[in-house]
Amino acid sequence: MTPLPFYLLLSASLFAIGLAGALTRRNAILVLIGIELMLNAANLNFIAFWRYGPNPSALTGVIFVIFSIGVAAAEAAVGLALIISIYRHYRTTNLDQINVMKG
Amino acid sequence: MDWIVHDLWLVPALPLVAAGLSAVLKRRQRRLAAALAIGSMVLALALSCGALINAVEHSGHGSAARQVVNFFWFQAGDPQVNGTALRLGWVLDPLAAIMLVMVSLVSLLIFIYSLGYMAHDENFTRFFCFLALFASAMLGLVIANSLLLLFICWEIVGLTSYLLIGFWYHKPSAAAAAKKAFITTRIGDLALLLGMVWLYSETGTLLFYDGGNGCLERSALAGLAAQTTSLGLAVSTGIALLVFCGAIGKSGQVPLHVWLPDAMEGPTPVSALIHAATMVAAGVFLVARVYPLMAAVPEGVASVPSALQVVTWVGAITAVFAASIAVAQTDIKRILAYSTVSQLGFMMLGLGAGGVAVGMFHLITHAFFKALLFLGAGSVIHGCWDEQDIRRMGGLRRLMPVTFATYAVGMLALSGFPLVFSGFWSKEEILHCARGWITPVPFYLGVFGALLTAFYMIRQVCYVFLGVPRSGGHERAHISDPSTLSKSAPPPVGRYEAQESPLAMTIPLMVLAAFSVLLGLIGTPAWPWFQGFLDGDTVTGEVGRLFVPAVLRLMVLSSAVVFLGLGLGWWFYGRKPLSSAEEPDVLERLQPDIFALLRRKYFVDEVYAATVIRFNAWWAQVCDWLDCWVWNGLVQALSLLLVGLAWLNHLLDEHVVNPGFDEGCHRLAKGGMLMSRLQGGRVQAYLRFIGVALTVLVLFLIWGCRSS
Repeated sequence: MTPLPFYLLLSASLFAIGLAGALTRRNAILVLIGIELMLNAANLNFIAFWRYGPNPSALTGVIFVIFSIGVAAAEAAVGLALIISIYRHYRTTNLDQINVMKG
Repeated sequence: MDWIVHDLWLVPALPLVAAGLSAVLKRRQRRLAAALAIGSMVLALALSCGALINAVEHSGHGSAARQVVNFFWFQAGDPQVNGTALRLGWVLDPLAAIMLVMVSLVSLLIFIYSLGYMAHDENFTRFFCFLALFASAMLGLVIANSLLLLFICWEIVGLTSYLLIGFWYHKPSAAAAAKKAFITTRIGDLALLLGMVWLYSETGTLLFYDGGNGCLERSALAGLAAQTTSLGLAVSTGIALLVFCGAIGKSGQVPLHVWLPDAMEGPTPVSALIHAATMVAAGVFLVARVYPLMAAVPEGVASVPSALQVVTWVGAITAVFAASIAVAQTDIKRILAYSTVSQLGFMMLGLGAGGVAVGMFHLITHAFFKALLFLGAGSVIHGCWDEQDIRRMGGLRRLMPVTFATYAVGMLALSGFPLVFSGFWSKEEILHCARGWITPVPFYLGVFGALLTAFYMIRQVCYVFLGVPRSGGHERAHISDPSTLSKSAPPPVGRYEAQESPLAMTIPLMVLAAFSVLLGLIGTPAWPWFQGFLDGDTVTGEVGRLFVPAVLRLMVLSSAVVFLGLGLGWWFYGRKPLSSAEEPDVLERLQPDIFALLRRKYFVDEVYAATVIRFNAWWAQVCDWLDCWVWNGLVQALSLLLVGLAWLNHLLDEHVVNPGFDEGCHRLAKGGMLMSRLQGGRVQAYLRFIGVALTVLVLFLIWGCRSS
């Protein structure tokens, strides 16, 4: 069985990729995709810690992750809806141009 | 009639209301103004008669009957603890009742007379407004039971006097006379005010009579008389003298008499009402009212109070002084004015030497015959087209028969023609009292004054009514023969023809003439009802008292004096009347120096101009100089100092505070700009911070775990 640190490394690299995507992309949809990646990195951590944890027979980790995925789906839907309405308003999805909250 | 005591305030209140109403009338509402004034005076007269009846009913019980009503005017603090409460009130006693009737009756007659006299004046409404205000204040003065209330009315009376003397204010002489009267009487009033303050500080009350606590009642007087001031004068004497100074100013006694003759610049009814009959008598009335204070002596001392001595001497000197001036005057009203001053001196002499009843009797009789004389003079002036110089009159006996007859009655009453006329009895009594006084000098002065009185009155009558009209050559050119004037038919109408006055003027003259004769009968030695009424004794008529040797001798003496005066005057002026206005006076031919001295009124005005007025002007200049250089300099220096301070302050502001503040603001704004750059509105930038911070935090934690 593959030891736990590999999973953690995989999840950390997934998170780093997602973070980099979220920070560097200018397109709101790509930022959203980056966020989804980071979320799934977290989910992977959950599963890994559950599987290698003290009580793998209880299905708590799986349930948690399924919930998380469900929430993530809802979040993606809300996020996409927001992006659509932002696009309708500003005619762009470039985040650099959406800076009305500038101080 | 007891309700009259409580409603006595109505007597002054009615004319006051009339004055207030006519003050807001339009100038052309002449009838209404006159009706208001005269109507209110009729009511006031009716009430006054009621008051007199009431006073008569209550008199005759040994002491003067006195009913008082007092009320709080205002109070400060709690009167029970230490606050002061000012109380005013009115009093109904024989003195007040007599004065009330006299003032309202004379005022009413003069109001009616003014209807005729002022008929052509455009400020008729204003005139009646002032007259009513005067009557109100005078009536208030008479009934006042508090020196304070009396003083208030006293000052209103002075104000109306000022307003009425200056009624024709477009005449410079009238305006000057009004100011002179006002300022001269103020000098006396200042002393009166001081006396009032002193009295209040000594006794704590200004009420005359207050059921034993008033300042004229025994307990207060005993306290006042017992104390002595640092000058060795009893406190009561000091206060009395100060109060008397007020009376001197108001009643035109020497040395403050100068305003009264000048006051004749006012309309003649005013001269009659205010400056002969009532207002100037207020000073005499004041002395009569505070007579207990004047007469207060310490217990067990039986000397004549020094305040009364002063009163007597001032009165006697004034009587002769003014009478002698009157001898040489040529203005019909000025002669009467000096005569008034002289008669007021007689009243003071009577008050000082004989007491309240003596002085007041002369006051009352004088009010009637002097009002009569003034109104007669007004009638003459009116009839002669505003001519006031007696040298330019003459021969009016036939042209103005009613005026002549009534004037002759007034003249005889003033001269003291024996037995019939009131002036004889009142003057007689004054002389009688003066004779029994501590020194006989005032008596001799009084006799000499009486002689002069008879002399100048007959002189005036001869000038005005006898002889031929002397109204100037060119003015008389159209009358070819003076004898045509003597016919009963009215003379040909001409600009300068004298004519009899209208009924509104002659009826008051006749009424006053009747009173001038009849009033003497209530105060003869045979039946001294008046004196008894004022002193509270019951008197019985007894003709025999006339023939007591002392009385009889004096009566013969004063009759002789009067006849001597009348005879001398007739000898000089009546025998051979002047034929032209330019002819010099008979006395002037005999004694030009003395006549000039008298004509110029002993140069009192000039002396005042050279001393008091010059000193005043000098003092004003000193004050002006002080103002200009000292006080102004001080103020200027202060203002310069302040300006300097303000300039310093300005510099500080401009160069320290302002730049500092500006710099602070600038920095703050810059800092804000810097901080605002962090908030770029770019979500990713925020996220980047979060990411960096998270990394740093994680590293820190890892490093922390390692080291532990």
